[in-house]
Amino acid sequence: MKYKTVIGLEVHVQLLSKTKIFCSCSTAFGKEPNSQTCPSCLGLPGSLPVFNMEVLALSLKAALVLHCRIQKVMRFDRKNYFYPDLPKAYQISQYDMPLAQNGYLEITDDDRLKRIGITRVHLEEDAGKLIHTGAESLVDFNRCGTPLIEIVSEPDINSPDEAYQYLTKLKSILTYLEVSDCNMQEGSLRCDANISLCPVDSAELGAKAEVKNLNSFKAVRDALKYEAGRQKRLLEEGGRVTQETRLWEENKKVTLSMRSKEEAHDYRYFPEPDLPIFEINEEDIETAKRSLPELADERKSRFVEQYSLSDYDAGILTSAKPLADYYEKCLVILAEPKEVANWLAGAVMAELNARNENFSSIKLKPEELVEMIKLVRDGKINSKAAKEVVLPEIIEGGKKTSDILKEKNISQVSDEGEIGKIADEVIRRNEKSVNDFKEGKKNAIMYLVGQVMKGSKGRANPKTVKEILEKRLSE
Amino acid sequence: MKLYELSAARLISLLEAGEIKASEIQESVQKRIDEVEDRVHAYATLDRNTETGSSKSAGGESVLDLKGIPVAVKDNICTKGVPTTCSSRILEGFIPPYDAAVINRLKKANAFLLGKTNMDEFAFGSSCETSCYGPTHNPWDLSRIPGGSSGGSAAAVASGEAILALGSDTGGSIRQPAAMCGVVGLKPTYGRVSRYGLIAFASSLDQIGTITKTVEDSALLMNVIAGGDENDSTCSNEDVPDFTKSLEGGIKDLIIGVPDEYFVEGLDKEVEEAVNEAIKLLSGLGAKVERISLPHTKYAVSTYYLIAPAEASSNLARFDGVQYGLRRDAEGITDMYKVTRSSGFGEEAIRRIILGTYSLSSGYYEDYYLKAQKVRAVIAGEFKEAFKKVDCLITPTSPTTAFKIGERIEDPLKMYLSDVFTIPANLAGLPAMSVPCGFCGNNLPVGMQILAKPFGEKTIFKTAYAYQENSQWHKRKPSL
Amino acid sequence: MDVKYTAELAKIRLNKEQVDKLGSELNDILSFFKNLKEVDTKGVEPLSHVLALKNVFRDDIVKPSLKKADVLKNAPQKDTHYIKVPRVIKG
Repeated sequence: MKYKTVIGLEVHVQLLSKTKIFCSCSTAFGKEPNSQTCPSCLGLPGSLPVFNMEVLALSLKAALVLHCRIQKVMRFDRKNYFYPDLPKAYQISQYDMPLAQNGYLEITDDDRLKRIGITRVHLEEDAGKLIHTGAESLVDFNRCGTPLIEIVSEPDINSPDEAYQYLTKLKSILTYLEVSDCNMQEGSLRCDANISLCPVDSAELGAKAEVKNLNSFKAVRDALKYEAGRQKRLLEEGGRVTQETRLWEENKKVTLSMRSKEEAHDYRYFPEPDLPIFEINEEDIETAKRSLPELADERKSRFVEQYSLSDYDAGILTSAKPLADYYEKCLVILAEPKEVANWLAGAVMAELNARNENFSSIKLKPEELVEMIKLVRDGKINSKAAKEVVLPEIIEGGKKTSDILKEKNISQVSDEGEIGKIADEVIRRNEKSVNDFKEGKKNAIMYLVGQVMKGSKGRANPKTVKEILEKRLSE
Repeated sequence: MKLYELSAARLISLLEAGEIKASEIQESVQKRIDEVEDRVHAYATLDRNTETGSSKSAGGESVLDLKGIPVAVKDNICTKGVPTTCSSRILEGFIPPYDAAVINRLKKANAFLLGKTNMDEFAFGSSCETSCYGPTHNPWDLSRIPGGSSGGSAAAVASGEAILALGSDTGGSIRQPAAMCGVVGLKPTYGRVSRYGLIAFASSLDQIGTITKTVEDSALLMNVIAGGDENDSTCSNEDVPDFTKSLEGGIKDLIIGVPDEYFVEGLDKEVEEAVNEAIKLLSGLGAKVERISLPHTKYAVSTYYLIAPAEASSNLARFDGVQYGLRRDAEGITDMYKVTRSSGFGEEAIRRIILGTYSLSSGYYEDYYLKAQKVRAVIAGEFKEAFKKVDCLITPTSPTTAFKIGERIEDPLKMYLSDVFTIPANLAGLPAMSVPCGFCGNNLPVGMQILAKPFGEKTIFKTAYAYQENSQWHKRKPSL
Repeated sequence: MDVKYTAELAKIRLNKEQVDKLGSELNDILSFFKNLKEVDTKGVEPLSHVLALKNVFRDDIVKPSLKKADVLKNAPQKDTHYIKVPRVIKG
């Protein structure tokens, strides 16, 4: 029998507000344990939540780009359960009146667009962190109250690769919106996956496994591949899939049943009495829509059209919002889209990659980069020197292109007299190439140009060199 | 002159006239505490720390100035640096690192904070008997309960162990003990006073209010504690009038509604007579009295005892031994939770947690919690209609006077039914005050309850003040 | 009602005697509450907030947190950075 894989993803994303969802503590990551808490996020007796306006603005943006229907009234509910990282023993979440419902995300499947339905987007508070040390566990409450949205997909995903694509696309959109940094290592994006198999011609879904402990997109794909295989084998052997939670073991590349004790699970949701309801009107939605930035796909098409870039270059430049913004800032100073694109997508990215740095933390100011590009254009330095000497210096930030020029003595030499002398010497020493050229092997001149460049320690203007050589050799 | 016997308003005028000093008032009250606290047991914690003492009334810049008048605070209101335990073993040793909004306001207004008053554990009770510190005794008859749950605050004010006190009222916890101790108790409109720092029992019903010797003192204290708060999303930004100005003016042509459903079987005959006499007096002052009907009153107790324990079961889940308070050691985390909670909570707390957990649990939510919320809407709607026709309502505060310690503690349902007249105001979020209106043959005080529409405290003050100006009940003192 | 199961949800341990006593008390109370069935609530919206407030927000401005020492002060067991709890059995 042939089986169809049915996957639904639940993605939790931390929002990039400065403060927590229900209190004024900072959301900064990686601070000293238990140093970013207050009575409210600690759930101290008597404390109360107050909702952060920015969290609504950010989550509205996310819900809108996911094409969701925004609810007119949203409400918070309490989800009750005991866990030491949950200081109130309930999580303020949303149950039957979430922020948004019924959206979709488009992914590309064999060059064909495929819509993955979004069931709902709701708001909730994050829990703290537990560190297990064996005999005991340590609790750090810093993360308590960090704003989260939970994005629940429909079971529309039909392969581990599609799941991978869905996550990649989701991350791209949310980081582009600057709603979240979606950093899985820091836990700002977390994903659980539901997977089941059913016969291709059946409309009925099989028993599903919920897979947790997925720490990267790759882990999601690997775990789903493993799990699909495991379920298929089970079914083919005439067995049955148990509905259960399974943990992905990254080291062993397997999923294992959580073998949970038969503990009662009943979250006893009820409306949060400490928070009044929130009405979201058309005006709020329009404001949020206006604040939406141009998304990567749209921007890429515009770059291709407006700046005559190749698909490839436009793709690189729009892969991250800071990069695309940077590119357009450069264009304001120097309206040479092709040239700036070559430098940015080429040398600058290569240099950053070599340094293992991320574009978002670039220190090089657009002004300095443009200054360097201009010097190359004007023949003041050659591009090799720019790439190898200037760029590595200015990319560190703080240094001016003009200073480096003086410091390193790399100003391009276009003086015919000076270059002429070196050219004469090169012609004298390279009889073979000279003869080759004179016999019609026009390419031979490139070797000679190279020798002159070398003789000038790279400072000669290659164009001038070629001209001088041609002139002398045709004499 | 026994300063501890005087009202805050009287003491402030003496202070302003330069006839006494604040320290003399404080000493008088402290001495009174030394004298009677052994017998009354109004306090859970007495704050005699001179260091916190000096900060207690230092640096106030508010125009509302209590000039060092001693105030007692119920043990469920957080006080920075002073133990706050809700009279529960589970909060043993808990010292809040922050002040409740009302404590901030009291400090700014130069109040002198005496300590934390005894209460039913987590405010679960109507008798002050469920405190882990043992019961408070009614100053009028030490063998009787002071009412609850703010029994400590009411007994402290009645016995002169405090001039003013704060209580909290979820189903009558200010008004019922005020009635039983012969003092004035006001539960303000839900949202009138910030709940920030009030350890929650039932968040949608809880409200902090005043327990005082006179109506005037209640207005004075309300001026200090009422008003919006950025830390409480459910606190209203509605304008706060100067309540002391709403006292005068009389009640001519005021329409008083008297609901039939509050004068029914189970109401003590002497209580009924006292309240009827009071209504007659008000009518004599020019008010118009109308009998009205609130037919859903009889569903209030059921509604309340489904909603309040449900919210409580969630609010009290945080007492799990992890971050503060009691922890009993155990092997894994789940066992730690269970042994800690089972030994930290008293019998009534456990009863309500189980009841509340049940009414929220899957399969029962619709029939219990949700149904109760719908009936709550019906009850609130019924009041809304009534207040289109009348300015305020008058009822007895409690069906009986103070009962004996131990009398009802073994019968939870009977205990729950003693809140029958006070619960509706909480369900509808209304302001309501209990005012002394007489004594029964055995010299136990009786209270009448005045209710008004939301944010209608002014009407209550006006009515209660007119009554008090024309009666003597509030001037009687218990002999201790 | 199933007292044992409900107590389990609430993380409260009860002995047999307590289960029996609570069971009979709560069954009495619950049967008293049955009177709510008499109230016609068709079309009535449940009331969870008695005050009709809505859209209460706070600005996204960082305010000082508590000092770590104050956070840990009340903890029954702790070290210099963390609150300690007994082993959390995964799952």
